[in-house]
Amino acid sequence: MSTLTEAPPPLAPAEPEKRPPRKRGRFTPYWLLLPGMLWLIVFFALPMIYQASTSVQQGSLEEGYKVTWHFATYWNALSEYWPQFLRSVFYAAAATVLCLLLGYPLAYTIAFRAGRWKNLIMILVIAPFFTSFLIRTLAWKTILADSGPVVHTLNSLHVLDLTDWLGWTAGDRVLATPLAVVCGLTYNFLPFMILPLYTSLERIDGRLHEAAGDLYAKPWTTFRKVTFPLSMPGVVSGTLLTFIPAAGDYVNAELLGSTDTRMIGNVIQTQFLRILDYPTAAALSFILMAAILAMVTFYIRRSGTEDLV
Amino acid sequence: MKTTPDNSGDVRLSGISKTYGSFTAVHPLDLTVPEGSFFALLGASGCGKTTTLRMIAGLEEPSSGTVRLGDQDVTHLPPYKRPVNTVFQSYALFPHLDIFENVAFGLRRRGIKSVKKQVEEMLELVQLGEQARKKPHQLSGGQQQRVAVARALINHPKVLLLDEPLGALDLKLRRQMQLELKRIQTEVGITFVHVTHDQEEAMTMADTVAVMNGGRVEQLGAPTDLYENPQTTFVANFLGTSNLIEAEVDTENGDDIVLKAGGGKLVLPEARCSAPTTAGGKVLVGIRPEKIALTHADEAGSIPEGRNRVTGKIADASFIGVSTQYVIDTPVCDEFAVYVQNVERDGRLVPGADVVLHWSPAHTFGLDAAQDIDAGTEEEAAA
Amino acid sequence: MPFVNWLKRRLVVLAGLLTLAYLLLPNVIVTVFSFNKPKGRFNYEWQQFSTDAWQDPCGVADMCGSLSISLQIAVWATVGATLLGTMISFALVRYRFRARGAVNSLIFLPMAMPEVVMAASLLTLFLNMGAQLGFWTILIAHIMFCLSFVVTAVKARVMSMDPRLEEAARDLYAGPVQTFVRVTLPIAAPGIAAGALLSFALSFDDFIITNFNAGSTVTFPMFVWGSAQRGTPVQINVIGTAMFLIAVLFVLTSMVVSNRRNKQKA
Repeated sequence: MSTLTEAPPPLAPAEPEKRPPRKRGRFTPYWLLLPGMLWLIVFFALPMIYQASTSVQQGSLEEGYKVTWHFATYWNALSEYWPQFLRSVFYAAAATVLCLLLGYPLAYTIAFRAGRWKNLIMILVIAPFFTSFLIRTLAWKTILADSGPVVHTLNSLHVLDLTDWLGWTAGDRVLATPLAVVCGLTYNFLPFMILPLYTSLERIDGRLHEAAGDLYAKPWTTFRKVTFPLSMPGVVSGTLLTFIPAAGDYVNAELLGSTDTRMIGNVIQTQFLRILDYPTAAALSFILMAAILAMVTFYIRRSGTEDLV
Repeated sequence: MKTTPDNSGDVRLSGISKTYGSFTAVHPLDLTVPEGSFFALLGASGCGKTTTLRMIAGLEEPSSGTVRLGDQDVTHLPPYKRPVNTVFQSYALFPHLDIFENVAFGLRRRGIKSVKKQVEEMLELVQLGEQARKKPHQLSGGQQQRVAVARALINHPKVLLLDEPLGALDLKLRRQMQLELKRIQTEVGITFVHVTHDQEEAMTMADTVAVMNGGRVEQLGAPTDLYENPQTTFVANFLGTSNLIEAEVDTENGDDIVLKAGGGKLVLPEARCSAPTTAGGKVLVGIRPEKIALTHADEAGSIPEGRNRVTGKIADASFIGVSTQYVIDTPVCDEFAVYVQNVERDGRLVPGADVVLHWSPAHTFGLDAAQDIDAGTEEEAAA
Repeated sequence: MPFVNWLKRRLVVLAGLLTLAYLLLPNVIVTVFSFNKPKGRFNYEWQQFSTDAWQDPCGVADMCGSLSISLQIAVWATVGATLLGTMISFALVRYRFRARGAVNSLIFLPMAMPEVVMAASLLTLFLNMGAQLGFWTILIAHIMFCLSFVVTAVKARVMSMDPRLEEAARDLYAGPVQTFVRVTLPIAAPGIAAGALLSFALSFDDFIITNFNAGSTVTFPMFVWGSAQRGTPVQINVIGTAMFLIAVLFVLTSMVVSNRRNKQKA
């Protein structure tokens, strides 16, 4: 579904002799690229530049804005909103780890254990996409309702006492707490973890498991030494596809959280659409972009899978 | 279906070459394939044979030179304007079309409306009448191969190009399809140009074989001629197996040359030597393993006079059924291969036994000693 | 302990099925609550069974209007993104040209960017240009973020295509146009269809980017968002359930059809 999840194409049955692509029609590629690239330059790249420039402007809505290279905006924005930044990173990281823990068994099941149910399970993983994610997120309000069975069960098992102590929940509720937000984030981005995991697991030759078993590896060792390393491309792209949107999300924090769970997305949204403080909003958005790009680059370098791009 | 012999099916390549940047895939090459012949381009992968074929098909534009079909210069015609069709490696059958539509593709593109009868006849010729409505992936490899041939032949091309058409088939099916292709070629009388890396395939099917190496044609001729009288070490080693011995020219004796090798003397007919010979000069002497007879050293006296002989010790013997293949350690060559038919087996010919190798001088050939003695062997290919 | 062993062997599958349940639970809730008759303005607590909402799906002011706007935008965004994206994919796979790396990065970046960043920066552009926010700005934004997904879907398909197929077509008297129409396009079709389907789903369901750039236009996700503040009508669940069922039915039918076709041919 994206560069991150798509498997490289299977090798052609017999490799054709290597030859450079044909050179007829020297300008054809440029004509093919022109409209789409223009679209991306004007509506993706150019806005980034506008945003960077807005972030160093001063002025007001009535009098208009001027570029004054006022970098203090960045400093002010960071010093005022660093808790939201940190919270975004923590929530997104927690959701990513949860997605990996929950998604891996399902991806593994689909890839190796589902048999004839494979297609059905795949459909069930993808089908929720077709119901608006806002409607599905609102359903969590019902599931986690204060008087609902979930909260009731957790309460009687004293789980909520523990999470309360950890600061994940407050009082006898789950709604309007960090736990609810992380739970919503995990739910929303779980398919983005499962699909790339499945793609890379499915490419693993089942005989490798037999070979590992034949060479005295117990099932758990086989998983640790063979399956998991081979599924690394899926793990990397899955974590990126989960972490990036989760870090910038404000829907879950707004619908399932409270004012104490506001993430950086909420701040940017409020600044832009309600307070109309464009320079601060632009600066925050720019910091978020830079932070994400830096993390992604570092992560991809570290995991040695640069061919993702 | 025979075409009239107006030479319009001749393929004439003059001075064609192909370079990619600094890499030369095909060096300037002159080649004439006469109409109606079955012509094979034989060589290891990367030798330029496929590039040559693609230049005939129009899929590759030559860097220099011209391609002619009969008297027509087609060098700059795109493939869809050439009366030439190709059977592609791994067939390239259109996966979204059924067998019937695959075969009808060329006819339809040329605007022929009523294709049904022709397609059905063609499918009969390749024995696939029943499969017309199946998709390519539902057929076996051999059936797909026949569809590829039918799809090309239905257009009555002047020349049919085959790019490793049997490469994806298993050995048994390959043998069967070799005969089948040969039958079809005889039946339709179209010029076939066949690219292969399999020397047996080239020799069984083709009237004429061109052995290519490093973008050049090493030798061109009938299969028997290439085998019996190779002109280069590459051909000697690539087609079958040859024992090559370094020797020094001693004297010339009428039509024969007498050579010194490892203390003994060998006789080589001058007509079978492709290298210049001057007294004291070096020559490579070649002999095919199956031309050699093996006699135990105790009975050396029974060997008739006038035969080339070399003494040695059996290093290894493997029983193959129809023959036994020996590796003999000799002073002139430390891994002398000898194939002996299992007619009357001499129980004494076991590893360690001292033997005399002998053969008729008429089977000896001589090559230029300036060449790489290992060119075209499997060891060299693996390196 | 045979039971423990049985459990051990199926631990992974059981965990997987639990995850699947987690994924599907909200859909079950959405469906069940589409038959609810809530007391107040919000449909979060079960009261009593009722089919009122199913009998009158458009009974809520503006909801079906927003649905129609969303559908229109999704269709046009799909057409636009699929067309532009397919062209880019062919250029990337089939030709060698300068600035290939830059093109690849420009396609990758929108997928690696939090939506809120794209949304905010696009809004700055529109504000700076003085553009009227509404249908067109939403459409522009949707084409922009769908484009990259189409490119990756189509590119994968075109890359896995044997270049000899097109050579075979040219060898069999098909000119460049014929080759493209008769061979290239039909074989690339599944990739293009996948890209188009993905675009449609992404565009139809997009909230964040739309919310920034919509002005006073209300798409269906924006309607849902607004109702989360003002009161959630049961009809939202009806639409959600219907969309889920249509999607599943669509996929199942296409699977059955292709299965039957394969069997007939075999």
